[in-house]
Amino acid sequence: MNKVRLVQGNEACAMGAIAAGSTFYAGYPITPSTEIAEYMARELPKIGGIFLQMEDEIASMGAIIGASCTGVKAFTATSGPGFSLMQELIGYAAMTEIPCVIVDVQRPGPSTALPTLSSQGDVQQARWGCHGFHSIIAIAPSSIMEIYYQIINAFNLAEKYRTPVIFLMDEEIGHLRERFELPEDYQPEIINRKKPESDLEVYLPYINDESNGVPPMANFGDGYRYHISGLTHNEKGFYSSVPSVVDTEIRRMVGKIEDNVDDIAQFEEAYADDCDILVIAYGSVARSAQQAVEEMRAEGISVGLLRPIVLWPFATDYFTKACMGKKAVVVAEMNLGQYAREIRRIVHTDTPLKSLTRVDGEFIYPIDVINAVKEVL
Amino acid sequence: MTDKWDILLSGTGGQGVIKASVILAEAALIDGHNAVQSQVYGPESRGSATRAEVKISDSKILMPKVITPNLLLCMSKQAFKKYASNIIEGGILILDGDIGVNEEPSGVEVYRKPITTIARENMGNDLYANTVALGVINKIASLVSDDAMIESLERNFSARLLVANTLAYRLGLEAV
Amino acid sequence: MKACYEKYFRDNLPHIFCPGCGNGIVMGAWARAMDEMGLENNDCVAISGIGCSSRITTYIDLYTLHTAHGRALPFAIGVKMCKPDMHVFVFSGDGDCAAIGGNHFIHACRRNIDMTLIVINNSIYGMTGGQYSPLTPTGHFATTAPYGNIDPAFDICKIAEASGATFVARGDIYNIRQMIDLIKEGHNHKGFSVIEVVSSCPISYGRRNKINGAPALLRYIKDHSVPVANAAKMSAEEMKGKWPVGVLYKTEAKEYVEAYQELVARLQGGS
Repeated sequence: MNKVRLVQGNEACAMGAIAAGSTFYAGYPITPSTEIAEYMARELPKIGGIFLQMEDEIASMGAIIGASCTGVKAFTATSGPGFSLMQELIGYAAMTEIPCVIVDVQRPGPSTALPTLSSQGDVQQARWGCHGFHSIIAIAPSSIMEIYYQIINAFNLAEKYRTPVIFLMDEEIGHLRERFELPEDYQPEIINRKKPESDLEVYLPYINDESNGVPPMANFGDGYRYHISGLTHNEKGFYSSVPSVVDTEIRRMVGKIEDNVDDIAQFEEAYADDCDILVIAYGSVARSAQQAVEEMRAEGISVGLLRPIVLWPFATDYFTKACMGKKAVVVAEMNLGQYAREIRRIVHTDTPLKSLTRVDGEFIYPIDVINAVKEVL
Repeated sequence: MTDKWDILLSGTGGQGVIKASVILAEAALIDGHNAVQSQVYGPESRGSATRAEVKISDSKILMPKVITPNLLLCMSKQAFKKYASNIIEGGILILDGDIGVNEEPSGVEVYRKPITTIARENMGNDLYANTVALGVINKIASLVSDDAMIESLERNFSARLLVANTLAYRLGLEAV
Repeated sequence: MKACYEKYFRDNLPHIFCPGCGNGIVMGAWARAMDEMGLENNDCVAISGIGCSSRITTYIDLYTLHTAHGRALPFAIGVKMCKPDMHVFVFSGDGDCAAIGGNHFIHACRRNIDMTLIVINNSIYGMTGGQYSPLTPTGHFATTAPYGNIDPAFDICKIAEASGATFVARGDIYNIRQMIDLIKEGHNHKGFSVIEVVSSCPISYGRRNKINGAPALLRYIKDHSVPVANAAKMSAEEMKGKWPVGVLYKTEAKEYVEAYQELVARLQGGS
């Protein structure tokens, strides 16, 4: 059954979502993410799941949040312009702590820009796209198998932490076709939201006494009638402007993610401990970076690769340690240095940091990385 | 085969170049190699220049793009003009004989086969040129086993189209 | 307090609505409609956007979802698709529904999904202090129309009908018995039901338009609401500035959840 197949990145994302237990998709067509919608339109009705093509990306977000309130695992997929439209309700999902997954197959921007080409320009938008105080989880996969495994992880993290999770693909990886093969008898680990056990009368949907900051979530129809609102709310979910209540709830909401970085963060390293120059890259660009590192190691250059798989929350301690004592750090990304800003924050001021950038829709090639490393060598 | 193929299939939107690249990459996987396939998309799905890339290797394929192909197929004059200079020294250049390219680039093995004519005259439709091209390419370069290619054709065509496309592939093999 | 209020309201009153606001009247009429229909709290969901009228979901004891400005209907569609057996009520206002939520509104009408939308039309943005909405009549005043509104107004019921809603009615806060009956009829209708309720905002609308005080505004609404049967006999000139109340449009068409379930059954080899 699990034979080797050639699978496209967007297709692997859709397959993984179904494997994760998602039975609800709402979206609006946009290049280069549309294959995900097409896959879900074809497959979800067969398993009794729900596919909706909505009137825009805002409505798509609204529909998946509404669906998630009933307990289903819901997601949407989009690209730059649609991702911008979704920010309003991504903020709503963060504020109301409703699990959902948003796939963003990145293309260059701003505005319509280059719809069919690749970019990593939404890295900071994923983090700070909605107004106000919130934290977010964002995952950037690098290969077709990783897309499959990590979209399952995205749903699991959304459920575990009651939060929207951003799945940051890029056009390059979304449209790439590659080997897809699952181990025999593969069964994904599936995490479901924690349900309340208390009586209806005492259920507090935003209770603040859980050790990890994630309150149990009742689904519509479970008998726990409660109120969900994007207004700042007390533990019961009702509007509150009492400073101490607001402060406590917002800090819990942000803390449940920021304080659990160790649980959420994932990295892949190659020679990262044993190198003078550390290259940091993620998503499709990390493949070029890894090839460059292999070629330079063969030439005897002391270089290593650090590839964050989870971009947000930012693993400050981990990056600080990884960059410590390096002769220089190179960050390669298809934007104007969005993740390099974060790295610059934690790298020792005496350590040179080379931000290798690209914004013309072209890929970052191994030779580009090699040249950047040689500049700081 | 050489241990690493960087293949660029080029032509015009609607010729099925991308489909051919998918079939080739999947055949390589069936044979136990690693393979990646990608394409450059334009806003049009018909009539514009198309390039599809396939990398085949027995080691892990990191950078997925083809920069300097060691096998280049050109199904249009426009594609030839755009990509012929990228081909690596000693590489293989396969030209559809019907596209009016008379140049003989030096330092590469050049093959001219009337791919589109074979499709039109034998299959009654230019649309089979992509599977004819697969036969031509595979005969010249021995990229994948015949069995793997047949299985890949089976996976990538509906029953309705499979017989004709398998025949077109065979015609491509015989044309070399 | 009436038993139906105890059953359908939470214990968090008083509400935030100003004295003379029509929202409380609509909330009360809705509770009486619920009571008369005998609906159980646990079988119902209420969803709203942002604005004064959207605060109703705070006070009614169902599963309640107070969403973002204009976005209630997409959330409601997500809920209804997953819980087809639940009764879905959406509360919206004229700005929420006709301006920022206008696109969601016409598409919800088009899908004819089984839910009841109550649009409380007070002709003004009340919560932000009195700006004109797409339903503010031309020539009327607002903080952002200090010289008189030059925008033509929508007739949201006509939009609903043209967009595919299969039950369209208009009530008002003076004729409460009629409003209760319209909510019941709208709810009992299978498909997307739109009930516009002409309501009052004495503070931000009446005061600025020389209709001073809640009783005067209520009287104004009474005098301008014409039963559909009478309206049909009146000339355009006679109806100028007035609005018909009652069931404006009703038809049968394929309901969306049912259409989806049939698609699933077909794919799964059922009927």
